[in-house]
Amino acid sequence: MSKTLFDKVWDSHVVRKIENGPDVFFIDRHFIHEVTSPVAFLGLKSRGNTVLYPNRTFATADHNTPTINQHLPVEDPLSANQLKALEENATEWGISHWGLGHQKNGIVHVVGPENGITLPGATIVCGDSHTSTHGAFGAIAFGIGTSEVEMVLSTQCIMQPKPKKMRINVNGELGFGVTPKDVALYIISQLTTSGATGYFVEYAGDVFRNMTMEGRMTVCNLSIEMGARGGMIAPDEKTFEYIKDKPLTPKGEAWDKAMTYWKTLSTDEDAVFDKELTFNGSDIEPMITYGTNPGMGIGITNNIPTAEAVEGGAATYKKSLSYMNFLEGDSMIGKPVDFVFLGSCTNGRIEDFRAFASIVKGKKKADNITAWLVPGSHEVEALIKEEGILDIITDAGFTLREPGCSACLAMNDDKIPAGKLAVSTSNRNFEGRQGPGSRTLLASPLVAAATAVTGVVTDPRTLLV
Amino acid sequence: MAYDKFDILTSSAVPLPIENVDTDQIIPARFLKATERKGFGDNLFRDWRYNDDDSPKEDFVFNNPKYKGKILVGGKNFGSGSSREHAAWAVYDYGFRCVVSSFFADIFRGNCLNIGVLPVQVSPEFLEKIFKAIDADPTTEIEVDLNKQTITLLVSGESESFDINGYKKENMLNGYDDIDYLTKMKAEIQEFAEARPF
Repeated sequence: MSKTLFDKVWDSHVVRKIENGPDVFFIDRHFIHEVTSPVAFLGLKSRGNTVLYPNRTFATADHNTPTINQHLPVEDPLSANQLKALEENATEWGISHWGLGHQKNGIVHVVGPENGITLPGATIVCGDSHTSTHGAFGAIAFGIGTSEVEMVLSTQCIMQPKPKKMRINVNGELGFGVTPKDVALYIISQLTTSGATGYFVEYAGDVFRNMTMEGRMTVCNLSIEMGARGGMIAPDEKTFEYIKDKPLTPKGEAWDKAMTYWKTLSTDEDAVFDKELTFNGSDIEPMITYGTNPGMGIGITNNIPTAEAVEGGAATYKKSLSYMNFLEGDSMIGKPVDFVFLGSCTNGRIEDFRAFASIVKGKKKADNITAWLVPGSHEVEALIKEEGILDIITDAGFTLREPGCSACLAMNDDKIPAGKLAVSTSNRNFEGRQGPGSRTLLASPLVAAATAVTGVVTDPRTLLV
Repeated sequence: MAYDKFDILTSSAVPLPIENVDTDQIIPARFLKATERKGFGDNLFRDWRYNDDDSPKEDFVFNNPKYKGKILVGGKNFGSGSSREHAAWAVYDYGFRCVVSSFFADIFRGNCLNIGVLPVQVSPEFLEKIFKAIDADPTTEIEVDLNKQTITLLVSGESESFDINGYKKENMLNGYDDIDYLTKMKAEIQEFAEARPF
């Protein structure tokens, strides 16, 4: 029978099918971080269980960590306590731990691929919804709750009903100044934040084929924002090139054997999806959000839609615009901005810093802008220095912070103050997401850079040469 | 036994007729710093419930003594966003045992089922009826019968059936959880793991 890419990977990980129930689903790779794992370890202990396969779990600290002065003790006692719990649990059970200060430390969804933990055809989970990132490599990767973290620790399995399948095709070519982030925000704006709930997405078509691995990670990362559990892209030469020789990828004979398998990982021609959508790459503009969920996005040159023009409840829509302090029909271009955040598991990779630098090169940061530029990992940080990007951004008046989740979720010290407006390359613009009362505009690194040098929401195409 | 058994729940309900309620609203990230599962109910809907000075926001439904009960009724696409199970813990810890909506986000739904909070998905029309009934009388009682898979507005007798997979239903009726099941099949899992290429 013909199978989709998703079927092939899913079906090969089912240990047992339960009638009228979920599948017992085997997990190859498990990432843990300090926020969603401590209670799982407590549960494990209280039941008298042990960690079944410590070498299949990888710990890194990212959500709570400060992004300046990482060599000093963490000041917030609650954060310090969680970081300590992660370290102690990892040590107790023999789990690899890349804590604060470790040279491999960084955002879990950045360091996983960098180190070859993420592989095609693997199943990957983490107590973090943006685990969908790893689907860029042809893995089935998704976020889980803490009860499931405990399940994976103690049995290397979770119980999941198989999701429905959706394919999203984007064909043709992307326009000037249009990035993978814009592609994702465009798709979410078309589907809404619940449009893919219950589905697992495969991204297909020229646009994704032509995309770099970093770009594919950005797209898959945002799958959860349209409600999908995850998204994936069939592995190809680019994928193999990226993972080859990474520290933890299979080597020698094991690599050759894996390659034989990985090359079978694509959707059969006559395989059927429960839903299929097709978009044209040339219809996509640089995007920006204007509301309080990632589905409220528009092409940057458009005006904010009226309540009548959008699907869903008008009351919820008006509540959202009122929170943002925007009016129906407003233009986004020219809105004065206070903060610019470049970073996160969505856009904290080297390519994102290259894009940012391409715009700010030879210009100066606007005086009204506070900019937080946060690499996703120490490896990204090292590349920023190596490639001369640090010099470019320093000359333009920016400083570089240390790796971590930073201002994406207002859990560490990097919080956007109440009422302030931020252009952010992260993934969520929910009320208070970046700090109580903060207001977020999601956009690409190019839009963030253009805004950082002008001080107002700016179409990057007007600055790109 | 992992949590309380769920059989029939009869209770008044707290209405939250807002769509796309995300888990950052249910519990903001700055309250996720505990290393134990304690006290999350205090911060349920923190920024909608309290002003900056921690005084209650009077227009938020949780601060209106007319509305109470073990059932939370939310608008479409409830629980979207972050996978934080803390959101489900906060709902449970506050005292809710059932969340009703016309549509749930996947991870939140799964997290609820894993800790013994029953997510009940109803039609948009029935959701509207529930909101109207609560609006007319905040003490109106709703009966959720897991065994029969029905939700009923007791004042009018109007009822609708809801879906839950058979395995999860048994778990909730008996208070079992997935770890009870998985640990029993460890040998089968280990055999499977041996054969994995990586």
